[in-house]
Order: sequence, then structure tokens, then C-alpha cells
Amino acid sequence: MAQSVRDIKRRIQSVENTQQITKAMEMIAAAKLRKVQEQVLKGRPYLDRLSTSLSRILSRAAKDGSELPAIAAKKEGDRRCLIVITSDRGLAGGYNANIIREADNYLSDNPDTQLILIGRKARDYYRRTNHSFLAEYVGIGERVGFRQAQEIGETVQDFYLHDLFDRVDILYTRFVNSAVHRITLSQILPLEESQEEANGLEAVFFYEPSIQSVLQAMVPLYIDTVLFQAMVEASASEQGARMMAMKNATDNAGELIRELNLSYNKARQASITTEIAEIVGGAEALKS
Amino acid sequence: MSKFQFEVLTPERIVLQTEVESVSLPTQDGQLGILANHAPIVAGLEIGVVRYGEKSGQKKKIAIGGGFMEMYNNKLTVMADVAELGSEIDVLRAQSAKERAERRLAEKEAEWDFSRARIALQKALTRLEAAKED
Repeated sequence: MAQSVRDIKRRIQSVENTQQITKAMEMIAAAKLRKVQEQVLKGRPYLDRLSTSLSRILSRAAKDGSELPAIAAKKEGDRRCLIVITSDRGLAGGYNANIIREADNYLSDNPDTQLILIGRKARDYYRRTNHSFLAEYVGIGERVGFRQAQEIGETVQDFYLHDLFDRVDILYTRFVNSAVHRITLSQILPLEESQEEANGLEAVFFYEPSIQSVLQAMVPLYIDTVLFQAMVEASASEQGARMMAMKNATDNAGELIRELNLSYNKARQASITTEIAEIVGGAEALKS
Repeated sequence: MSKFQFEVLTPERIVLQTEVESVSLPTQDGQLGILANHAPIVAGLEIGVVRYGEKSGQKKKIAIGGGFMEMYNNKLTVMADVAELGSEIDVLRAQSAKERAERRLAEKEAEWDFSRARIALQKALTRLEAAKED
């Protein structure tokens, strides 16, 4: 019995240590989340503005029947490329597992898809399962820079223009709030004409020097921005998921400590009772 | 002189939001000057310096790395990939970027590196130009 008292005490100590670590990780994730969240909210209006301008010029070009530069033109065929965004680090609950499961679903629907992987977790997974991929980007970090997105964007456009595939989709986790992240699949290329009715504005603008050369400047910016925003959203979701996972771990540790304390007290009381019984028994024996 | 709204945006931040009298931009077709009540126009931008005047006689500069501009309803929006106000440019860094790019151009390695270094040089020169007081 006495040995188990010491054992329980040691376990409580060890769970308390773990709890301290998970608590610290939770707070770090919360602080990082705050910063990235700001970036997410700043980036969204930029992307919206850019999409509006782009769809306006595309519907104008369609109306005029003007020829589009290759990067903006429609493309037939169904050879696909999927960009998957995961994190570099783990301990974020189901964050990476969820996105990889979704990517696997996509791959089983479209078996010939080429992969471009962002984040160590996706890279490691597809390496382990011996799946080939076109490109990998690891070590981007939590603070995503536009420069990094541009680098990836350049590569994607290069592949696309060299006709390696006809369509590019991106799979990432969209940030809703710290507890809710939505896995999102969206198409980057070929550019989709907007479904909404053109509001007549597209006829108003002059395009200098020409629709083609404006598109030549606008489309790469648009692709890079879509990538950038997806990476920022993913980074915020990662921090949110990690924060929730660590909060749960901290709570569970607290629960465990409560239970252990209870059995520690029980064991301690039991050993005291035995001791008293022994003393009383000994005294009785001496008396007679 | 009448004024109009002017904003410069990048994916990372809002660089500038102000009222101006005139703006001059490095478009694909050369410098383009915009005054209030300009007709609606969209133009592609090159790497270069944007000059704007909040009041007559005064000119401020912004270095941009390409993108496009849109003028509509007396509001001029520049959407760039990168943009730096002249006052916030790190001249020493731009100077060393310029020297690095020049060295790379002198070495003449692969063609791919060549075009990259040329863009880097152009960007560095633009930033130095924007940082200069005139």
C-alpha cells in the first residue's frame, strides 16, 4: 500500500508537468493566432477587389471577342493539378489528418492528378505512401510572406503554360473562427468567368494599352494572391486547431489530476488506518 | 485644384489611403498622369515609381513592383504586389540589393538567373529612386 502512495504522487507530478507544457503551448498558439488572424482579415478585401476587377475585364473580353493571353485562356482537357496546404508542425489535433484525408479522396476520384505540396506534413505523408509529386514547399513558417506565395505562383504558372496539366485546384483550410475551420477546395486555373450578371460596368472602362496586356499583369497577381490568401488562412486555422487541441489536453490533464488526487488521498488514509490498527493492536498485546 | 481619392494596396497591407491632386504612374505604355475626373481606366503597371501630390508643388513617391491601376468615379486604386513609401525605404538595403544584382548580371550564369537578376536590379533601382529627395 505504502508503495502505491508514492507511485500515485509521482504520477500526479508527471501529469502536472505535462499540463504546464500544454498550457504554455495553448497560450503561444493563441498569441500567434491573433497576429495571423489580422493578416487573414486584411487580405480578404484585397482578393475580393482583385476578383471583381478580373471578372469585369474577362466578361468585357468575352463580349468583345478579344483574344486572351495563354494564362487567361480557356483550356480543354482534364489533367489536373492539386495544391495541398498543410502545416510543418504537428500537435494541432485533426488539422493535418483532415486535409490529407480530403486530398486522398480527391486523388481517388481523379487518380492522375499531379500534386504540389505545401507543408512538411503533406510532404512526409505522400513520401511515405510513395506517391509522386511535382513540387514541395516546406519550412514556410507561420508568418507567410507574399514573396513566398509568388515563388509558388510562378512555378504553378510555369507548369501550366508548359502544358503539364489543364486545371489547378487548391485544397486548404479556411479560417472561420478559432474553433471552426472549413476545408475548402477551389479552382485557380483556368480562370472561371464569374457567374454573376455583369452590371454594365465592364463597358465603361478603357483598358490601356490593351485588354491583353492588362490581363498579362493582372492574372499573375491574382494567382499569387489566391495562393497567398489560402496560405494565410491555413496558417490561422493551424494555430486555431493547435490552440483547441492544447486546451483540450490541458483540461484532460486537470481532470486526470483530480482523479489521481482522490485515489492518493484514499490510499494515504488507508495506510494511516492500518498503522493505527497496528499500534492499537500492539498496545493491546503489551497490556495483557 | 480639385482632389480625388487615391489608395495603394498590396496583399499584405494598405500602403496608402489619401486625397490627392495628381498622380503619375509607370504603366506598360509609359508614364500616365491622372487628375481628378479622369475617365474610367484600367492599366497594367510596371516596376517603377508612382509620384503623387497631395497639394500643388509637393510630390511624394512610392516604389511599386508591378500590378495594375483602376480609376473609377474619382477614386484611383493601385493594386501592386509590393509597394513601399519613399520615406520607409531602407536605402542601405536597396543599395546592397542593387550591387548584388549587378554582380549576378556580370557573372552571366544561366538564362533563368539572368532574367531574375535583371528584375531584382530594376526593383532596387526603383527603390533607390523613390527614396531620393528631390
